Amino acid sequence: MNNVFIPNPKEAESIHILREVAAQFERPVLLFSGGKDSITLVRLAQKAFFPAKIPFPLLHVDTGHNFPETIEFRDNLVKELGLELIVRNVQDSIDQGKVREERGRYASRNTLQTTTLLDAIEEFKFDACIGGARRDEEKARAKERVFSVRDDFGQWDEKNQRPELFDMLNGKIHVGQNVRCFPISNWTELDVWEYIRTENIAIPSIYFAHKREVFLRDGMIWTANEHVFREPHEEVVEKMVRFRTVGDMTCTAAVFSEAVSLDDVVAEIRLSTISERGARIDDKRSEAAMETRKKVGYF
Amino acid sequence: MDIQGRKLIKIATAGSVDDGKSTLIGRLLYDTNSLTTDKIEAIERSSKQRGYDYLDFSLATDGLVAEREQGITIDVAHIYFNTDKTNFIVADTPGHVEYTRNMVTGASTSNVAIILIDARKGVIEQTYRHFFISNLLRISHVVVAINKMDLVDYSEDVFLKIKHDFDALVAKSDFREDQITFIPVSALKGENVTRKSDHMPWYVGNTLLDHLEVLEPSDLLESSVPRFPVQYVIRPKTEAYHDFRGFSGMLYGGNLKVGDAVTVLPSGNESTIKSIHFFDQEVEEAATESSIVITLATEVDCSRGDMIVKSGQLPQSEKAISATICQVNSKALKVGGKYILQHGINRVLAKVDQIESRIHTDFTGIEEADQLKLNDIGRVHFRLSKPIHFDSYHTSKSNGAFILIDEGSYDTVSVGFIE
Repeated sequence: MNNVFIPNPKEAESIHILREVAAQFERPVLLFSGGKDSITLVRLAQKAFFPAKIPFPLLHVDTGHNFPETIEFRDNLVKELGLELIVRNVQDSIDQGKVREERGRYASRNTLQTTTLLDAIEEFKFDACIGGARRDEEKARAKERVFSVRDDFGQWDEKNQRPELFDMLNGKIHVGQNVRCFPISNWTELDVWEYIRTENIAIPSIYFAHKREVFLRDGMIWTANEHVFREPHEEVVEKMVRFRTVGDMTCTAAVFSEAVSLDDVVAEIRLSTISERGARIDDKRSEAAMETRKKVGYF
Repeated sequence: MDIQGRKLIKIATAGSVDDGKSTLIGRLLYDTNSLTTDKIEAIERSSKQRGYDYLDFSLATDGLVAEREQGITIDVAHIYFNTDKTNFIVADTPGHVEYTRNMVTGASTSNVAIILIDARKGVIEQTYRHFFISNLLRISHVVVAINKMDLVDYSEDVFLKIKHDFDALVAKSDFREDQITFIPVSALKGENVTRKSDHMPWYVGNTLLDHLEVLEPSDLLESSVPRFPVQYVIRPKTEAYHDFRGFSGMLYGGNLKVGDAVTVLPSGNESTIKSIHFFDQEVEEAATESSIVITLATEVDCSRGDMIVKSGQLPQSEKAISATICQVNSKALKVGGKYILQHGINRVLAKVDQIESRIHTDFTGIEEADQLKLNDIGRVHFRLSKPIHFDSYHTSKSNGAFILIDEGSYDTVSVGFIE
């Protein structure tokens, strides 16, 4: 026992933020996608409140187009850690006529998630949504606050953000407002992977290289299955691939990879010359894509 | 240190419009292989669209649409890169007159400031302001990057003249000479950024990156006394931890160890640290900046907002405080104004008793003021609903700063540094 605990500064900061969320809000929720960032958040939340249980539920907005490996992973994690999981389905929003399914070549349910998310926030009266967004992901996110106040419509006003000084977080809000909280704002993709490796955190199998039926379009590797629109001339081939992010099948491109272990993945990320969002088809739609989606309440 | 043993250095950048700050950061990213292929492609595309015959690295950091259109940075953006030895976080803050608020914000989370000077223009009013803020926030180390040396024929005389002018500012500040480093660079050409310049043999110091890597975070940390503000009380109420009552929080200013005699504020109750936990490990001692859980040997009243300190090392406890205020909201601070004062994680109500002065940010003194507008800095006296337990900002950054929250909008309107 005779040891001095030396903190990892980014981990310590994230734990500090999670405790502020639990203390400052009545009804926080952790937005869980099954991706590595939200899995990392779960581990950090365990650390923040141990030996007590994580004092907020997880919310998964299921597009219905998730990779089955992700869903299976989610259910196992929740069971193992005894967490409370809420699932809300984009399909229900479609059935209720609130959103309309996109058609054609780039059809995706990714943008439709926003409506389902906002409905869930209203249904459960969540006042804080914890997300795994990182500032290094994308230029518009580089300016995101740790606590980002959203209005009743979930909108983000980039010109009217509260300045964040030192590590003091101001989560005071009016009825109807809610706050998006980003505990791993300051982590990079490599930080997350190195953390997962060091902590030996389980992640969905699609993050590792596996054989998959894919097709190539616009220089990206798309999953070939019934959810992803494919032109007749787009030829399906079997390749060794893995995913760097786990979003919808319709908007997450794979990368060719032989990385079968966490060590391999970390080594690959270190050498990698394509940024992680480069494999997100939704961002390629336009340079300002992320910013536009954020303004209307996208995570 | 992170899990890979890399140290973490946090940097705030400050420069005036067109000093080439974004270009410098873009250059650092490019030269450390931190820009990915798709980002470089995006830069090439945008540079070409605008008809530039060089790569405009400033496009690597300018984020929001409005800014891209105007070609200027208007907010604090965070940028990350690393070398084998060091993780860097850069808070990129703009240099406009009206954006003091942003530099204060960026500098508040940084321990190093890079102040950019255009070699053709030398020390200008903006430079005064940036250095003033570095001084006010007690930044540990300032790098003065004299940029665009390529446009002054890499002249040593120009460099020395600017250094001489800047030294006059240093003399007016609280900085020691060894806290300031001057480096002549050309961000556009990459001279002395990560690569030693062949054009400036007269400069024998490190490149900017080498210099940043030499800095040690431990030297940049303040040495003070331990302060442990209680964030959240942990009571698992499970069979295995039936009686467990832990106080969670971040430890600032120094180490705490099991057996330390402590005092809980505001009650003044004394106890002893029984155990220190980080997740499922129990440790004998925790270093500063740890997010830990502490249990005490005796049942004492302690909840969120209270502070655990070593007995015999008590902070000041006052209901009336004086502070230097920087106004960070367009709503002005006025005498009689009531606010929620957030000191660390603790909140009390505060009323502005008196605005003593507005402070000129060019080191030329003070003037009378009846209000503090956005970007103003001034000396203000407050009365509080309850005492807060603080140290002077001069000895403790973490326990000497606060923010003011507007009671109506709940916006963060001011930041204060307690005297």
